[in-house]
Amino acid sequence: MTPPLSLRRSAARWLGLFVAALMRLVDWPMRWLQRLLGERRMAYVFLLPNLVFFSLFVFLPLIINVVFSVTGGTALFPSERPYVGGGQYAYLFDCDSFLDPGSCREDHFWRGVANTLRFTTFQVVAMVLFSLVTAVVLNMRIRGRGFFRAVYFFPVLLSPVVVALIWKWILQRDGLLNAGLTALGGQKILFFIDPGWAMFWAVFVSIWAHMGFYTLILLAGLQAIPADLYEAAEMDATPRWRAFWRITLPLLWPNLIVVIVLALIRGVQTFDEVFVLTGGGPGTATLMVVQYIYETAFSNQVQNFGLAAAASVVLGIVLFGLTLAQLAASRRRSA
Amino acid sequence: MTMRAWVSALAVVTGLLAVDVAQAQTTVRMSWYSDGNEGEVIADLLKRFEAQNTDIKIVLDQVPYKAITENLPVQLASGQGPDIARVVDLGGIARYALDLRPYLKDAAYWDANFGPFLEWMRPQGDTNSIPGFMTQLTVTGPFVNKTLFEQAGIALPGAKATWEDWAKATKDVAAKVQAPFPIAMDRSGHRFFGLAISEGAKLFDAKGEPAVIDDGFKRAAQLVYDWHKSGIMAKELWGSVSGAAYRGANDEFKNAQVVMYMSGSWQIAQFDKTVGNAFDWVAVPTPCGPAGCTAMPGGAGLVAIKTTKNPAAVARVMEYLASEPVLSEFYSRSLFVPGHIGIAAKGLDYKDASPLAKASLKVFSDQVAGLSPVAYKLQGYANNRIIFNAVISRVGQAISGETTLDEAYKRVASDIEQQIAERNKK
Repeated sequence: MTPPLSLRRSAARWLGLFVAALMRLVDWPMRWLQRLLGERRMAYVFLLPNLVFFSLFVFLPLIINVVFSVTGGTALFPSERPYVGGGQYAYLFDCDSFLDPGSCREDHFWRGVANTLRFTTFQVVAMVLFSLVTAVVLNMRIRGRGFFRAVYFFPVLLSPVVVALIWKWILQRDGLLNAGLTALGGQKILFFIDPGWAMFWAVFVSIWAHMGFYTLILLAGLQAIPADLYEAAEMDATPRWRAFWRITLPLLWPNLIVVIVLALIRGVQTFDEVFVLTGGGPGTATLMVVQYIYETAFSNQVQNFGLAAAASVVLGIVLFGLTLAQLAASRRRSA
Repeated sequence: MTMRAWVSALAVVTGLLAVDVAQAQTTVRMSWYSDGNEGEVIADLLKRFEAQNTDIKIVLDQVPYKAITENLPVQLASGQGPDIARVVDLGGIARYALDLRPYLKDAAYWDANFGPFLEWMRPQGDTNSIPGFMTQLTVTGPFVNKTLFEQAGIALPGAKATWEDWAKATKDVAAKVQAPFPIAMDRSGHRFFGLAISEGAKLFDAKGEPAVIDDGFKRAAQLVYDWHKSGIMAKELWGSVSGAAYRGANDEFKNAQVVMYMSGSWQIAQFDKTVGNAFDWVAVPTPCGPAGCTAMPGGAGLVAIKTTKNPAAVARVMEYLASEPVLSEFYSRSLFVPGHIGIAAKGLDYKDASPLAKASLKVFSDQVAGLSPVAYKLQGYANNRIIFNAVISRVGQAISGETTLDEAYKRVASDIEQQIAERNKK
């Protein structure tokens, strides 16, 4: 039941008075600060709270991580850890051939790198393709468009662990998929025992879970394309595929760049879904770099924080490179 | 005085009393993980302790097993751990343990009843401290689905049967009753090394340093590898995940899909509750190899942590829990093999256990006398989990087809060497 009008007005008046009092309270220190620093430097004052949090929870851990990467041993506090210089990096990069992880001293790291590259390549290509097709279809005037938009977006709202557990139940020996296969007279397939199948499902589940997010970005891009361009093309009797190639794709390119780079970064960072789904197996067939870092730092009896920190610095450099590539691509586009 | 005044005065007095009691109470924090019902049992026992000792309040944090193996070491290293913790990596946690000896009323009781197990909890070179006591002694060993054997019309192999005898029998049973897992073995170092020591693995050189790869070890690894190739063992446990991740086959055993499940005594309470009358299950003596028929000892210990601010209160809690009547009740209700020499010698009556569980407990208890000295030495070795993890990870890779067994042997040796070197860096 809606409250009566008089009550609503009274509540609004009190709220207005409260906000005004609050503003008056911060007004004089802000004026004083502005007089002290000058108008142009006031921007820093407004940025300061965020910068403090960012420094405490991002920059400081980053620096601590780099410090850990040049130390050894198992002590937790940096002051108690012996300095080993580039020893951890040298150990990580001690390989006869980088193309053969088995020839590396720390073979698990390189198997993780190879798997992450494979996973990211397949995942990004398929993700962009499926997101684009889905966005184009959802942009058309089809029946139940709102319903389908919601359906494709729902998996994005699920926690990665929940997503992985759902698919694990579907894919295991006595799971839903094998029950269906045997009901149709087929044989059970042990998806998590075969390296090829395990990687396929890791990629598939990741696409299923995140495609809705990328579809949304592309859909927003599609809706921003002026309709009169298509009308003009139609008047010129331009085939639909040509209109897609000449109008849609070029105008959607900035959104596609965002989707590609975001999917790339997420692909390189992949951990939770694949860890719960396959545990990195069979063998190390779906072991990703982030899982390697987690296990090196926490799962083993010797918690090798130094080696894990070195591996995360390497991963950080790769992600930094990808971010720079995104910036370069967006700048080139806007120039 | 009005009614309102009386009520106000009463509230003030009650509040003051509450503040006083709270101030006088010492809080002891305990981290505890459970395999079966032992969490309920310990909570019950601690409530009784609190009723008798109103000056001590115990906060019992019931946590998952993974929190004990992965988070607790980091907490302890940062000095932020609990006052008492139930741990399995006794050697790894030893450096954070409190020596209770100065705080105990009767240290001789602890020496007499927990003596051999105290060595597992002490840091290297320490021969005197009392860090805690064993909440359970575990013995690895196989559970067998007897009903499947009966349905297949095949007799159970005898007490001195070899691993090969069991492999053949379980394969025949599985083929007849269409069970997918003839043998399932937990993906765990403890389970593997019972087999390896029975096959003749010596594990340590003359100086006491680890020398894991020898002929006995290779025989055991080859057996496990071949069983996976021939379908006697399914790859879902050893071949399906990477690294040192644990995998068990509890659910598969409960669902009657496993003929023989190589696990250990801590599963009894769980199977007693979950299998019920669905089928007959029995524990059988550990199969034999050329060097014997040994299982691996292990277990969980309740250890006092040296960063505690209340060592005297911690010692009182530990003394209560380690006392013979309390510990007897704990072992009996949790269906655990006792890690207390006096109780083990007297024998324990598991009142709440079913006949199946009682029979299994007897089989596991009888195994203790036949444990190999090599098995005890491995259990007492502070870096034993480095060995366990290296073996699980590398043999698992070979089983999945990613590497060969020869490559796995080289990697096991180098992993152990590298990790021990890292631990010794000062």
